[in-house]
Amino acid sequence: MDITVNILLTIATAATPLLIAAIGELVVERSGVLNLGVEGMMIMGAVGGFGAGYLTGSPWIGLLAAIALGAVFSLLFAVMTLSLATNQVATGLSLTLLGLGLSGMMGTSFVGQPGARLPNLDIPGLTAMPVIGRLLFGQDPIFYISIALTAAVMWFLFKTRTGLTLRSIGDSHTSAHALGIKVIRYRYLAVIFGGACAGLAGGHLSLVYTPQWVENMTAGRGWIALALVVFASWRPWRVLAGAYIFGAVWIGQLHAQAFGIPVPSQLLSSLPYLATIVVLVLISRNKRLTMMNTPASLGQPFVPDR
Amino acid sequence: MSANQDDANLLEVRGLTKTFGTLTACDHVDLTVAKGEIHALLGENGAGKSTLVKMLFGTLEPNSGEIFWNGQAVTITNPGFAKKLGIGMVFQHFSLFEALTAAENIALSLDDGSPISTIAAKARALSYSYGLPLDPQSLVGDLSVGERQRIEIIRCLLQTPQLIILDEPTSVLTPQEADKLFETLERLRSEGKSILYISHRLEEVKRICDRATVLRHGKVVGHCNPRKETAASLARMMVGNDVQAVVRAPAQGIETAQPLLEIRALSRKPATPFSIPLRNINLTVRAGEVIGIAGVAGNGQGEFFESVSGEVSQQDAASVRIRGKDAGGLSITGRRLMGAAFVPEERLGHGAAPRMKLSENLLLSRHATDGKVFVGAGGMVKSDAIYAAAQRIIKAMDVRKSAPDPEAAALSGGNLQKFIVGRELDRRPSVMVVNQPTWGVDAGAAAHIRQTLIELARSGSAVLVISQDLDELFEISDAIAVMHNGELSKPLPIAEATFEKIGLLMGGAEPGHAEHALETS
Repeated sequence: MDITVNILLTIATAATPLLIAAIGELVVERSGVLNLGVEGMMIMGAVGGFGAGYLTGSPWIGLLAAIALGAVFSLLFAVMTLSLATNQVATGLSLTLLGLGLSGMMGTSFVGQPGARLPNLDIPGLTAMPVIGRLLFGQDPIFYISIALTAAVMWFLFKTRTGLTLRSIGDSHTSAHALGIKVIRYRYLAVIFGGACAGLAGGHLSLVYTPQWVENMTAGRGWIALALVVFASWRPWRVLAGAYIFGAVWIGQLHAQAFGIPVPSQLLSSLPYLATIVVLVLISRNKRLTMMNTPASLGQPFVPDR
Repeated sequence: MSANQDDANLLEVRGLTKTFGTLTACDHVDLTVAKGEIHALLGENGAGKSTLVKMLFGTLEPNSGEIFWNGQAVTITNPGFAKKLGIGMVFQHFSLFEALTAAENIALSLDDGSPISTIAAKARALSYSYGLPLDPQSLVGDLSVGERQRIEIIRCLLQTPQLIILDEPTSVLTPQEADKLFETLERLRSEGKSILYISHRLEEVKRICDRATVLRHGKVVGHCNPRKETAASLARMMVGNDVQAVVRAPAQGIETAQPLLEIRALSRKPATPFSIPLRNINLTVRAGEVIGIAGVAGNGQGEFFESVSGEVSQQDAASVRIRGKDAGGLSITGRRLMGAAFVPEERLGHGAAPRMKLSENLLLSRHATDGKVFVGAGGMVKSDAIYAAAQRIIKAMDVRKSAPDPEAAALSGGNLQKFIVGRELDRRPSVMVVNQPTWGVDAGAAAHIRQTLIELARSGSAVLVISQDLDELFEISDAIAVMHNGELSKPLPIAEATFEKIGLLMGGAEPGHAEHALETS
């Protein structure tokens, strides 16, 4: 029983950073902007979170620093692609490269240092309950944030007028502009929100997952988050499903490798990717629904004629 | 016109000017719109009509000039401000969101923040009271162009505007839908609202408009009462000189002529959720005739063109036959080699590569059919031969340009279209298929293109023209078929075709309906 609970807990820990980064990117892409810099913003969040936590001794300050650094870093992307209308793909890729390099430089003195870890939730009476106690009331704070964030984004996108406006900009920025909607302002806010989420996801890695600084510690998670958004056809609950499938198969194959199952480890390592793609492709079979949810102006720079 | 006009003017524009680079799109334009009138803004494509109304609606900023609203000088900086003043706009290229419902689309342009369900109910009530029934829950991507325009109009009316600007509203409607629209406009006028009506269709302007302002090359060339003018005199004001009428000699002995293009039971599944399937299309185009295909935009014409041209090849090779041979399985190049030529709807990015020179664009479409002339030993391109051929086409079609061999994107729409049509005509194709031959082309160039298509047919080729412009089809076709919801009606010989019959078919009357009407008449 305890083993099952432990496995479930590790799955949640593996899925949380993917979920947060992907939900942030989902909002960005719903506004019609493709930010390929998730990996870069995430690693900046990770180094910032660790650094602030290590220097002040407070993981909470680390958490805030991670969010802030991700947001500030995304602002660079926003200025380039939205105000200067540069190519979003190229700018996003360079943001990732810049983030990886810059974080490595900033983090040289942190390597090998013990970091501060965010404490798990501990509610007297509840956390101690068998099985469900630790699952529901004993996880790290970012886990709860990630679930609340998913629900909030779902509500925002599909139940509020502002969310409708954001989706309309993603569908056609020229139409939105013709209606008098401030396209660029909305996109700035969306990109910064995405950056904050990526930063938070990075902070999860260096403040919860492995509370230490290792260069390149995001290890491609930003890219997985990006892929999740597309395969989940820009729908929040599917992103959640995708993140947890990926997390579950990831943890599962780690255990399988540890047991020494006679299957090449490379094949096992590729399983999470395969499983996530297969499942999300299967639930996205409805072409019409996918079409409706695909932001039609994704990746196109918007330059209003004046 | 009269002294008391000043206090009745809702909108007055003085000396409004807008330049794009070296082009002056609007040059000191003056315009007044009185309360309770339908005012026409007439002009050819590129005359500056759309630029002018974009400045009135705040999506473009004028370089100089003044706008007075109810006598007060105003600076309209954005569409939100225009809406607050009481200006509503129905766009030519609709500003709707395909992935959202009608109600959501309407909600986006209202600032009152009331829930979608309330807005949907209001929109439904208003739409029925104006006889423009609308289902607020339907997805815009699923709607016909006419229905989309209803959403635009209802959305505009819900803002209770004083002035409604309509940009080429009938270009996408069937004649019957247009009648419905005119009724709505007349009702709005009787309610005291003003309407600025942009069009290049003279008959409808004469029918519903009280006054007209005519633009040419960005300048106002005259104000008039369209009811006192003739279509010919209005056309002369718009174009600046008399437009040469297209001459169509009756085709001789078509019934026995050889069929050069045959479509047999052509069907195609929809490629995307919002596109139209083709349903069992049959059509024969014989040597010497021009067949026109009418239809409201988005009824499968694009899909049909792709299937005929070979952009999408068919499973059944016999579904498209060119000069008596199966061509359904062939690519565009394969079909071109059989003697067919194609002119797609989109000029830039489809008919021509925008950033390539005209001569290079010539090679792109004719490298296979004219391989011996244009390509030498070892695949080396013969630049001189291509350049000479391009110049020959430019001369034959009277293409106006600023450099000897400019990039395609540097040409105006009409001139590029003349080059693209000329590029195909230059081969003397035995089968020519053209989609929207004169869309966005000025009247003079359009007449030229139409005349050359007729002449090509009379010289023994089969010509198939897909167009949304009914006037054009009536001018050049020997028979007109109508496409509706992926089905093609039987071609009606031009002598028997009327606007009304074609309009009914465009609106989806049973394909047998028009024939039946024929028998009884």
